[in-house]
Order: sequence, then structure tokens, then C-alpha cells
Amino acid sequence: MSGKRLSAHPAYTYPDYKSSALRGPGREPVDLGEPGAKQSSGAGLESRASLAGRFKAGELDHDLTRSARRGGEPLGERIAVSGRVLDERGNPVRGALIEVWQANAAGRYRHKADDHDAPVDPNFHGAGRCVTDGEGRYRFLTIQPGAYPWQNHHNAWRPRHIHFSVIGDSPISRLVTQMYFPGDPLLDLDPIFQAVPAAARGRLIAHFDLGLTQPEFALGYHFDIVVAGSGATPRDDHGSSAK
Amino acid sequence: MSNETGLPLTPSQTVGPYFTLGLTPTGHEAGFGPLITNEIRGEGEPITIHGKVFDGAGKPVNDAMLEIVQADGDGRLDTPGFIGFARAGTGEAADNSYTFKTVKPGPLRSGEAPHICMIVFMRGMLLHAYTRIYFADEAANSNDPVFSRLPEDRRETLLARRAETAGGASYEFDVHMQGDRETIFFRHL
Repeated sequence: MSGKRLSAHPAYTYPDYKSSALRGPGREPVDLGEPGAKQSSGAGLESRASLAGRFKAGELDHDLTRSARRGGEPLGERIAVSGRVLDERGNPVRGALIEVWQANAAGRYRHKADDHDAPVDPNFHGAGRCVTDGEGRYRFLTIQPGAYPWQNHHNAWRPRHIHFSVIGDSPISRLVTQMYFPGDPLLDLDPIFQAVPAAARGRLIAHFDLGLTQPEFALGYHFDIVVAGSGATPRDDHGSSAK
Repeated sequence: MSNETGLPLTPSQTVGPYFTLGLTPTGHEAGFGPLITNEIRGEGEPITIHGKVFDGAGKPVNDAMLEIVQADGDGRLDTPGFIGFARAGTGEAADNSYTFKTVKPGPLRSGEAPHICMIVFMRGMLLHAYTRIYFADEAANSNDPVFSRLPEDRRETLLARRAETAGGASYEFDVHMQGDRETIFFRHL
């Protein structure tokens, strides 16, 4: 199983992603090797601590088109992004906390470290969150983020993306990723996206879905997220996620 | 527990340089305050845990995000109202240190030493890394089923060192991503 999981994820580092060279662990991770654990992580705190259902988002936190208005509306193309959080068995992960952050339509983050010469949008903050429902479903309304330059290499541009953080059943379900948009020509040139094994890259690209479009308001994109964890967790154990 | 028919996982990507916007907001903009803080409240001895994250050049990382998961002082994960989860960034303090305010966890099972799961994220790392914090002043470490089996020359990297301060007990725990003092990271993915 661990081999399968590894094949979905990039390694900690990737040569073309320059800043990764000094930051990813230098050595192979160690197996926990606990007695009583059939697999490496079956019985430890990392799979026993239950995190789903612990957090609540604010009423407007899922709607980035409205949550930061200051007397006007954010500029750009409004989009709805929706999907489900599932475990490896296809079961919905209920009560998962999803947190998102992104650039505005011009490719600028509301962040002190972003010095890209593009306008800040006073009516757009670029951060949101929500909790999945009984079917593992989430939905955000936001603005199509713009591409922006970064200094990894000459003329480097990040493809348009939304950052996703998912807190699911347990620590081993933890996922931070980025959702991309179909047809973006920058995907082929982006070392962060290219660091993902080729067969798995498509899972990071949302699908346009007319059914999710909100007529006269926002285009719809579908993005499902599959996280590790529950399949390897004894559900009736002390501290399990059964609620 | 075969997983051969399972759904393929969504790949990880780096948390990037701007995660504070969504994950550790300081709350001064747009009313979007932090949902998850650097504090865990529960039964047990109040402690602080602080330290730095060092990159392969020995430089403190100023844009790492750390999350901790732990039991309360009674070794319980499911005490009503207890949320054993907290998050801290390294970019707020001038010296790029992080701080957690929490309680010292009890052992989850008899025979285990108390410990905390720490998850490390940062710009420049494409996949998060898992480590554990053990407490240097715990005699139980030498019999803990995980700690006692780790390579002897590396297990010290998981020990938080206690100091008594005016503000109470404080543990120091640095994370070294590479080099001679590289922290032990565990395989969970």
C-alpha cells in the first residue's frame, strides 16, 4: 500500500523546483515499526487521532466573492468549485475541513511577501474555508485566479491555481495540494506540477462542469479529493473517528 | 486490508509561500480570523513548545507551517471538548521560531512514552513530513515501542528539552531538514 501511496505523491524535493534542494528531508523516512501494527502506521497516534468534525467554518467563509467586499464587488470571472472528499475506499469523508487560498484575478496575493507588480483587489481577500457535508461534499464560490511570475527560473510563471488544505479523519489523511484549471498552457512548464508522477497529474486538474455552473452568476468546476487514512484505520478502536 | 481496488490518492503539492493567508491568518484583514491556533486547551500540565526549523544550509526557515496532534494529560484523544490539534507558522517571530501553548500529553497506552505527532510543511517541500516529539525528561522513552527501536545515533533528534521559565515549563524542539542532525521523519504516505 505504501508503494501505491508514494506513486501518487511527488517526492519531497524535485530538481527543477530550486528551493526544494535545501528543504526536503535528506534521508528516507523511517517506518514506525510498532508491534501490533500490521502496516507501518496502523496503530499509532497518527492514525488514531480523530480530526474530522472538529471544526466549524463561518457562514460566508465559503464565498470568496462576498466575504471580503468593501463597498464593491471583486473583479474577475466568478467560478463555483465543488466536489467531494473521499477516502481510498470511496467512502465520503464527512466533516473534513477544507481551507483554500489563492491569488486574485490579476495574479496577486493579499500577502506581504507578494511583490508582483499587479493590482490588489480591495474587495477580494483570497482565503476561504468550509466543512464537508454528510456526502463529503464541499462548495466554494470564488474568482478565477490569475497566473503570476515567480523567481524559480527565467520567465517562470505559475499556472492558475487554488491552494487546498484538507483535514480529514486522522493525521495520516492530511493533505495540502493545489487545484489547477483545464487547458492551462503553463502546466507543461511548471516544475511544481511536473514534480507529480505523470500518471497522477491529471488528478490535480479540475473539470469544467456545466451542471455546477450557477446560471447568470458563475462557471462551475468539479474537483474531487481522495485522501489516505480511513482504509487502514481500525474504526472501532479507542479514539477512532466513529461518531 | 488490501487496497488494490481503492481510489487513487490526490497528489500533494507544496504549501507555498502564501499559506498564512488561508491557514494561519492573523485576522486583521477582512474579518478572516484563524480557525486553528497555536494553542491546545485540555487537562494536563500547561507547557510551551518552541523551536526553529532549519534548512540544509543551517538557516532558520521563515515560511514553514507546523501542526501538532496529541492526547490530553490523561492520554485521551476523545475527552469531550478536547481538540488535540494546533498549528503554528515560523514567519511571525523575529527569530523565525515557532511556539505552541499546550498541555503535556499522557501516554496513549501503558508502556508507551508520551509523544506528539508533528507535521511539517513549507515552501520548497512538495510533500509534508511527519515526525514525533518525545520529552527528554521521560524515563518511559527507553521502553517506548517506537522510540526505543530507532537508530541510537539519531533518536535524540526527537527529544524536546525542558526548561523551567517564569511562564512555566517550556520545551525546545528544533527540526533539522538535512545534515548530521537531520530529524527523524516517519513514513506514513
